Amino acid sequence: MSEEQIKNLEVQFEARIARDEKIEPKDWMPEKYRKTHIRQMSQHAHSEIVGMLPEGNWITRAPSLRRKVALLAKVQDEAGHGLYLYSACETLGVSRDELYEQLHSGKAKYSSIFNYPTITWADMGAVGWLVDGAAIINQVPLCNTSYGPYARAMVRVCKEESFHQRQGFEIMMKLANGAPEQKELAQDALNRWWWPSLMMLGPTDAESIHTEQSMKWKLKRKSNDDLRQQFIDQTVPQAELIGLTIPDPDLKWNEERQSYDFGEINWDEFWQVVKGHGPMNKERMKARVGAWEEGEWVRDAAMAYAEKKQARKQKQAI
Amino acid sequence: MKQNLYNYILGIADNSLILGQRLGELTGHGPSLETDIACTNISLDLFGQVRSYFQYAAKIAGDDRTEDDIAMLRKEREYKSVLLVEQPNTNFAYTMARQFLFDVYHLAFLAELQKSTDLTLSAIANKCIKEVSYHERFSSDWIKRLGDGTEESKAKMQEAMDGLWTYTDELFHQTEADKAMVVEGIGVDVTKLKDAYYTRVSAVLEESTLETPESKWFQKGGKEGIHTEHLGYLLAELQYMQRAYPNMEW
Repeated sequence: MSEEQIKNLEVQFEARIARDEKIEPKDWMPEKYRKTHIRQMSQHAHSEIVGMLPEGNWITRAPSLRRKVALLAKVQDEAGHGLYLYSACETLGVSRDELYEQLHSGKAKYSSIFNYPTITWADMGAVGWLVDGAAIINQVPLCNTSYGPYARAMVRVCKEESFHQRQGFEIMMKLANGAPEQKELAQDALNRWWWPSLMMLGPTDAESIHTEQSMKWKLKRKSNDDLRQQFIDQTVPQAELIGLTIPDPDLKWNEERQSYDFGEINWDEFWQVVKGHGPMNKERMKARVGAWEEGEWVRDAAMAYAEKKQARKQKQAI
Repeated sequence: MKQNLYNYILGIADNSLILGQRLGELTGHGPSLETDIACTNISLDLFGQVRSYFQYAAKIAGDDRTEDDIAMLRKEREYKSVLLVEQPNTNFAYTMARQFLFDVYHLAFLAELQKSTDLTLSAIANKCIKEVSYHERFSSDWIKRLGDGTEESKAKMQEAMDGLWTYTDELFHQTEADKAMVVEGIGVDVTKLKDAYYTRVSAVLEESTLETPESKWFQKGGKEGIHTEHLGYLLAELQYMQRAYPNMEW
């Protein structure tokens, strides 16, 4: 294809996106579009899979049968999200094994928030309420993103995430309205998860490298700072409702902006965790790589069995 | 309170409780995303069953105890589960062998419990049997895959089967509560399930190119609350929150 022809295709492609048409796997697309989508979708899939670990950590210790069942179902949903996001990646010509390899080698990123430990039961509430809350704010706009398989996956993911978020808030509410010891657990969890949740919405606009192109492709519809403001404005009244205090002395309602002003985020901590030096980065990777390596003989056996079965069928067919 | 009925229900439910707890340990650590989802799903089914049984048991007890009190606030000698279900997740072969050896029993048991003259128990059995027939299909498929997969998987699966075989016979022992409930037409006569059980298990093992273990030395005691050393640690996790923060709602 000549350079001019490619240029033409690109113009048509951008026009389709501008008209809000969906791009489907078999459609022509610029290489950069394909790569950017693999990067973002796989990062999202990895986050779901690694995100199973901090919550899975409390399954055996959930305080009641009802909570245990809900937590199991939630972590199972996350595995399901991972599964269809990996499948969406596969429509762009990359295999799940390749993506795992990128995760395990440290080449691919996942949401940094999962590198924090879940040390008390209240963390199950805080993670659902704040982490899933921030995730929804990030993800709802993606239900209208330009790449069809991603947009459709996100519709389902968002529905389930908002259920999880309500469930997390309900855990926090129960604690906050419970015995003094329970309220302490809730406040302590909020103290530890608040700032990492704000960081989860990404670096400030000035430092965000992918934003402009992503906006054009509808992979991103609002800037990180706008999303963060939206999250804060939405969450502060919820904390007030259940009598918990946001751990930010500078937090103040700004009448003029009709929004909350808030304190300085510790970006050094953010970059430390992103670069692999958070409290749980090594443990999370060890758990993922460990599960993968220990499972190799099982996957090999399943493959060998399927081949034998196929061979037997073929033999019978002759 | 109908003590025999109460004990009988706990005997059934404790198997699901302890096995569900064991499977819950694996969530997020499975050999593939698909098996992870399936094992979590089985755990979820089992805990759902536990809730139905314990809610019914709490009603029979007639005091203010709840399903969580029954699940999480008994002492180690008061759990009536069979030794098989508390065995650890040594590796995926052990996990699947344990599952299969229990599922074959569980399925046959529920088919009989559906005929119970106790309408609540027969209704629970009727709901559970759909889930358990899926469990049995899943675990028997894995016995075949691992048994007839690679040399390594075959050796691992044979080792797991040999290791767990000693816990199978207990499934068919009757407690006093069992006997009383059989007489009343409420309970299942588990002694009658034994032959069909070993026939089914052997058939799957044969199809999986595995040897049916020949050992006739069996362990028992779980149904009377005499467990292996594994159970204490499992209960320590299961009960942690209820013990550390007593009398609170979650």
